Amino acid sequence: MESNKNFVVGIFDDEDVLVSAVENVREKGIHIHEVYSPFPVHGLDEALGYRRTRLPIASFMFGITGTCIALFVQTWMLGYDWPMDIGGKNHASLPPFIPVTFEFTVLLAAFGMVITFLIVSDMKPYSWPRQFDIRSTDDKHVMAVDLANNKLSKDEIGRILKDHGASEVNEKNF
Amino acid sequence: MIADEKYEFKPETKRKIFILGAVGVLLLVLGVFMSRNSGGHENNHEKKAAAEISKSLTASIEVQESPEHNEGAEHHGSAVWLKRVYTSLWQNDIFFVGIGIIGLFFVAIQYASQAGWSAGVKRIPLAMGSWIPIGGVLTIVLWFITKGDIFHWSHSSVFDPASDQYDKIITGKSGYFYWPLAAGSFPIFFFLRMVAFFGLWYIFFVWIKKEMLAEDLDGATEHWYSARKFSAIFLVIFALSSSIAAWDWVMSIDTHWYSTMFGWYLFAGWWVTGLSVITLIAVYLKEAGYLKVVNANHLHDLGKFIFAFSIFWTYIWFGQFLLIYYANIPEETVYFVNQMKSAPYNWIFYTNLFLNFVFPFLLLMTRDAKRHMSMLKVVCPIVIVGHWFDHFNMITPGVMQHDGGFGFIEIGMTLIFAAVFLYVVLSALSKIQLVAKHHPFMEESLNHHI
Repeated sequence: MESNKNFVVGIFDDEDVLVSAVENVREKGIHIHEVYSPFPVHGLDEALGYRRTRLPIASFMFGITGTCIALFVQTWMLGYDWPMDIGGKNHASLPPFIPVTFEFTVLLAAFGMVITFLIVSDMKPYSWPRQFDIRSTDDKHVMAVDLANNKLSKDEIGRILKDHGASEVNEKNF
Repeated sequence: MIADEKYEFKPETKRKIFILGAVGVLLLVLGVFMSRNSGGHENNHEKKAAAEISKSLTASIEVQESPEHNEGAEHHGSAVWLKRVYTSLWQNDIFFVGIGIIGLFFVAIQYASQAGWSAGVKRIPLAMGSWIPIGGVLTIVLWFITKGDIFHWSHSSVFDPASDQYDKIITGKSGYFYWPLAAGSFPIFFFLRMVAFFGLWYIFFVWIKKEMLAEDLDGATEHWYSARKFSAIFLVIFALSSSIAAWDWVMSIDTHWYSTMFGWYLFAGWWVTGLSVITLIAVYLKEAGYLKVVNANHLHDLGKFIFAFSIFWTYIWFGQFLLIYYANIPEETVYFVNQMKSAPYNWIFYTNLFLNFVFPFLLLMTRDAKRHMSMLKVVCPIVIVGHWFDHFNMITPGVMQHDGGFGFIEIGMTLIFAAVFLYVVLSALSKIQLVAKHHPFMEESLNHHI
């Protein structure tokens, strides 16, 4: 299968080696496509120079949507559409709505975050994420370098990765 | 290894604290003067209406109406201004005792959970614990002075079937205060509990402090293990004693009323206030150039604590309110009706929720807010003031009924307490190493990163 997406893939055994390799490789002006690791590595985001995640903002938005929907639905249903006398309370009274509102806020925030995660990490339905190396789900860290975005040749990049502690260097085409 | 670092309690700081206290005394005197001149007969229509509502609620209960709810019947003695002073004294005493004991509770939690991040800040709550003996003596003395006005159950006529003050419900609860003596004599059971709680808290404070300071000198890890052992035992004792203290010192003011959430409720308020005070002192020390071992990561953790426990307090508050609101049993509901229908309790009732939930929740939500001292300096005072108002509404309505007020007396008294508390805590802090020298987790704390 011929394609113009060529990657050099470095395999790392140790996360400390990986983080310092990321720093050094980036210093040499090489653009790293992405790094995959089996567990969260502290300091990797900073080493890769990623911006802070905007997930908390998304989470807040999902949550506040849930709050609004829950308050609207309860007030409208119990207050106007089908008022019921429950213990002589006002039809649209705030205190009994709070637990449901809270739960719905949490529910929408959680669902929203799961869906966001699936979309962002390319695991949405009918989508097959790129697997640079299946061992990144087990015990190896994988650094993918996109040849299209770098001036250096395949061999040069491979040598630099080896120099900085990669236990093996492969090629991957998509 | 950690270098020697000591907080210097500068004369300049002392002068500021004295000025704070002096302003407090001035306001208190002014407030008393104003309250005496007005004679305390400022029952306006709103208060009358509220009294009527609470009367109509309690009227449905098949008991003799409690004298507490007899509007205008000054059945126990003191003038309105003096009652206000007593109430304010008791409220501030409970509030600051809470902050002091939370200092020790924080330290104990850190030891029992073997937390590493907090190794650099633990001396601040330890210094706050120095308030325990002072607060204990103050509480016991104040109880003797103010019990006639604050604790309705301390009147012997309440237990006398021949008296027109006789109260069947309080008589049923008399054993909780007076056992094994006769109801209406000396509340020995209550009094012994008060002494025992302060005694136990103080003993554990002394033991834990001794281990922490001995560690500075010889660096032996045994001190850490001993402190952890004392902390674990203290936590069990505190779990029981803080709940019972809440019933004894605060809930028994409204003797007829009861809430099974109350122990948790008072504790949650104390805890989040104490955390805010710890954070505020840490920020103050950092700005004065001390505490180099504390950085944004540690402040972030303290900020998360305040954020989380503001929500926890709200959860407890709402858990208590919703059940009483929904069950709608008159003898329970009257507690909130008194707070929601008459000034100044009604505006404090709603302000309370904004200061203690809405503001900390929204202001501390982002990561940056918790890591920057400028935001913590805004939120911590809000939380402290908010919980002061919460204590006001827990204690004042039950004592003052419709004569209650918020003015110079309350503000002045609070400033006096705050000045003395700050003086005690900062001078205690200046006598110990500001940062533990041989804490086994100090390395972890220095490399703490979130």
